[in-house]
Amino acid sequence: MSAQVLHWSLTVSQLFLTLAMACAAFRMLRGPRAQDRVLGLDTLYGNAMLLMLTFGIRTGSTFYFGAALVIALLGFVSTVAIAKFLLRGEVIE
Amino acid sequence: MIIAEELPAWAALLVALLLLFGTGLSLTGALGLLRLGNFYQRVHAPTLGATLGAGCVLLASMIFFSILQTRPIVHEVLIAVFVTVTTPVTLMVLVRAAAHRDRSEGTFKEPGGRS
Repeated sequence: MSAQVLHWSLTVSQLFLTLAMACAAFRMLRGPRAQDRVLGLDTLYGNAMLLMLTFGIRTGSTFYFGAALVIALLGFVSTVAIAKFLLRGEVIE
Repeated sequence: MIIAEELPAWAALLVALLLLFGTGLSLTGALGLLRLGNFYQRVHAPTLGATLGAGCVLLASMIFFSILQTRPIVHEVLIAVFVTVTTPVTLMVLVRAAAHRDRSEGTFKEPGGRS
């Protein structure tokens, strides 16, 4: 019974996260200005990290944790780099 | 899903509720990103998923692995701390960049109604 509950909640959660990633991707592709695209990219990264964690719960292995951590790190670095580029016109001064 | 058979019912229910709540908040944030009017309103929406949404999913993962392996697994605290520290930094830099761009084009409006 517990396996059924967990299975269905994981399926619905992954559906929610995929929809959230679709919304973020839409904002990234259709954003009227550059900062909207960067915001969409940041949201996409965050939701991808959560999706990795739900895959980890589904398979019961802790390997997905590393993938989630790497996605969070790269998302932060890339978003700050692009925002810095928008602010100054160059990434490292 | 053979592994989850070993999980007691209350733990499965708790993990399921935390997962649904957290991912529902993430979806709400992303829908706000889609629906809201201008950039300065949109920048608020995804933080819903980045704070409480991510927190709930990370807590669910922690509870699941701790009960499955019958020892405390707290790896996820690392991601929680990292997300908590980086989200404000990212969004502040991004909003400063947006305000700078708007000012240089002369389309920036002060929040108090002054132009």
